[in-house]
Amino acid sequence: MQVNDNNFQPVIVAFCCNWCSYAGADLSGTNRLNYPTNVKIIRVPCSCRVNPMFILRAFQKGADGVIICGCHPGDCHYTSGNYYTRRRITLLYSMLDFLGIERNRTRLEWVSAAEGAKFAATMQQFTEDVRKLGPNRRLEDLRCRKQ
Amino acid sequence: MQETMIKRAKELLADGTVSRVIGWKKGEFAYDTTPAVFETAEELDRDFAFDDFTAANVSKYLVKESRKEGKILAFLKPCDTYSFNQLIKEHRVIRENVYIIGIPGGPKLDAEKIKAKGITGILGIKNENYTLKIETLYGTETMPFYEAICGKCESCKSKKHVIYDELIGEDGDILDSNRFDTVEKLENMTAQERFDFWREQLSKCIRCNACRNVCPACTCEKCVFDNPKSGIENKAASDSFEENLFHIIRAFHVAGRCTDCGECSRVCPQNIPLHLLNRKFIKDINELYGEYQAGADTVSRSPITDYTPDDCEPSVVHERGVE
Amino acid sequence: MLKISVNKLDELFAAIAEKQTLYIPVDREVGIAEYKKWEKGMEMSKALNTVRSAKDFFFPQTENLVDFRKEGKNIEVIDIREESEDFVIFGVRACDARSFTILDKVFLVEPVDSYYKNRRDHGTVVTMACTRPAETCFCGVFGIDATEPEGDAVCYNDGENIFFKAHSEKGQKFIDSISSLLEEGDTSKLDEVQAKTREILKKLPLANLSTDSFGGDKLMENFNSDKWGELSQSCIGCGTCTFVCPTCQCYDIRDFDTGHGIKRFRCWDSCMYSEFTRMAHGNNRNSQLERFRQRFMHKLVYFPSNNNGEFGCVGCGRCLSKCPISMNIVKVMKALEVK
Repeated sequence: MQVNDNNFQPVIVAFCCNWCSYAGADLSGTNRLNYPTNVKIIRVPCSCRVNPMFILRAFQKGADGVIICGCHPGDCHYTSGNYYTRRRITLLYSMLDFLGIERNRTRLEWVSAAEGAKFAATMQQFTEDVRKLGPNRRLEDLRCRKQ
Repeated sequence: MQETMIKRAKELLADGTVSRVIGWKKGEFAYDTTPAVFETAEELDRDFAFDDFTAANVSKYLVKESRKEGKILAFLKPCDTYSFNQLIKEHRVIRENVYIIGIPGGPKLDAEKIKAKGITGILGIKNENYTLKIETLYGTETMPFYEAICGKCESCKSKKHVIYDELIGEDGDILDSNRFDTVEKLENMTAQERFDFWREQLSKCIRCNACRNVCPACTCEKCVFDNPKSGIENKAASDSFEENLFHIIRAFHVAGRCTDCGECSRVCPQNIPLHLLNRKFIKDINELYGEYQAGADTVSRSPITDYTPDDCEPSVVHERGVE
Repeated sequence: MLKISVNKLDELFAAIAEKQTLYIPVDREVGIAEYKKWEKGMEMSKALNTVRSAKDFFFPQTENLVDFRKEGKNIEVIDIREESEDFVIFGVRACDARSFTILDKVFLVEPVDSYYKNRRDHGTVVTMACTRPAETCFCGVFGIDATEPEGDAVCYNDGENIFFKAHSEKGQKFIDSISSLLEEGDTSKLDEVQAKTREILKKLPLANLSTDSFGGDKLMENFNSDKWGELSQSCIGCGTCTFVCPTCQCYDIRDFDTGHGIKRFRCWDSCMYSEFTRMAHGNNRNSQLERFRQRFMHKLVYFPSNNNGEFGCVGCGRCLSKCPISMNIVKVMKALEVK
């Protein structure tokens, strides 16, 4: 399943909360920090908006890794949204693991609006981890594979 | 037991406490009872059945039935009372319109398990001292009672009724069950083995939706999988991804609300062990957020709509066990 | 009649599989038999029937019909139909064999369904006479003789030997292709087995089920019956009965967006589902009662009305054993029966 490591460019979908992580991504941009172009950011009002279905659908439509970024616990713009995210996503990731999906394809990170450097570093690390795993095959919809 | 239940139901009908009774109706064969609503004493005498094959959980019918006029009498087994309690918590049933009689639970039998032994042409089934004597077109067959019990009864979690207006028989206790054994076994496999196991199981799915429709926790007016506007509506899995998607989301949607009644696996025409997905969530919740039994009460918050500031991070998933 | 010893089944399967793809019923696990492509070492299931019916071979649960690709303002339509390969389905029961003729009446009348026809033309149906019918069997009610199945070729098993008989040109071709393995055999034991099975068939608990109250001309009395409410009250609205049924033939056609094109596919639909035959104006069957009634009216009234009185049920008994709440066509027929 491992494809030639050097050539494989994973598609990474990053769900970023509007108030912290998306601003963090912005900051890493204005600071001229590099992060891989593999990362496709989807802005959500709160990390809590991320329905488990979004994550699965991202895999279906060709993502090789999915990362969710939200405000640090205690800093949620809506007071408690990210606490719910944490429980929900923990259970979902555990279930994906139970079904034999590779653990390193999913991640949750807390990135504040001031952490532009952390955003770039996280994305670099995650992209590298997914690249090592190779293309997503276990949660892939074959019909969506590009010939 | 059946006589006592019919007698009590008739009394409650006669004195006007209830106007309808929900229970089970005799079928064509020895094993095919159907949940049914009875309105008269004659109907009860003629059709009411309570035997080794009344495994169906009637709690979900009460979502609709409790909204009809008049009170309904429901006979609930211990596991069914958990489902009913959970429905009260979610404001899906109107408690005041249901009169609950707690009845003893299983173990109930699964006719499919008898047939799987190659026993066919079944005309009658008798339980003689925990040996089943099965009258068939091809002669009499016997098999041990415990080899034919429903999957859900094999790891019974409780003989205690968590809600009732009156009881027939004694109330039991919460049991020390081995219900997480198989989940644990799977957790200890490698990711590849787990993947292969679930692919083998889920590829049997014919998307009949029986697991969803029978589930007392699945009471959405419109399921996302039936909604053409959801983008994921599908009537059949066209790809292995869709098989996974349906079963992950189905189990996830009842996480923290599933009472582990086992109906999903009981009704699966393809014998997919769907309850293992639900149990995985229950086990995780117990381990990560503290012991929780959905349906044990009607007031506590479900763990998925609750939090504490020091909950674990999702990375615990990545750190434990084998991959 | 030509025969082969049951001990030589493996050789027989190998010989068939050499020429075309062979499918036989095998036990996937205890109690779950299904058709699988034969491979060396596979053992034929002893189960009376498979959980899913044999209709999958001609009318699969999902199939892609056509692809679309958009470039600029042009939409390219890509015909993805391919000639099916020749295949043999071995061990089909009499009920399933009849279901094919019922499906033919739907898919092979004008306009002919070319996807279905393609597979039908390339498939050879080899049936197997029943010797141990179950209590849920009632094929006799619909004029099917479980001891004399239809199909391109028929096999009879007397416990020691399997006898072959051709019903069609395709069946004869099939028998000719394995003739080197067959020899003439004495059918006296088979006659005994057949007679015994016929006795059992007469004694089946559902053997005397009556169809007199149904048919194309009994529309209004059945449609307006006051029994539907009671019958459908416990129906949970799943599609188990329709999906295990060998004659249910309703389907839906949808488009799937792959991100780089569109795949138009069809998949089985079930009249038990809330979105069944939804139209622009909305849904025409809003209650479970109406959906439930649709299923049985279709099998017992609408289908015979369009097909010279032939019922849309073959009495295989799958819905009897698989319905989660044990409501089924037999209970419906008994409740609606006019005595």
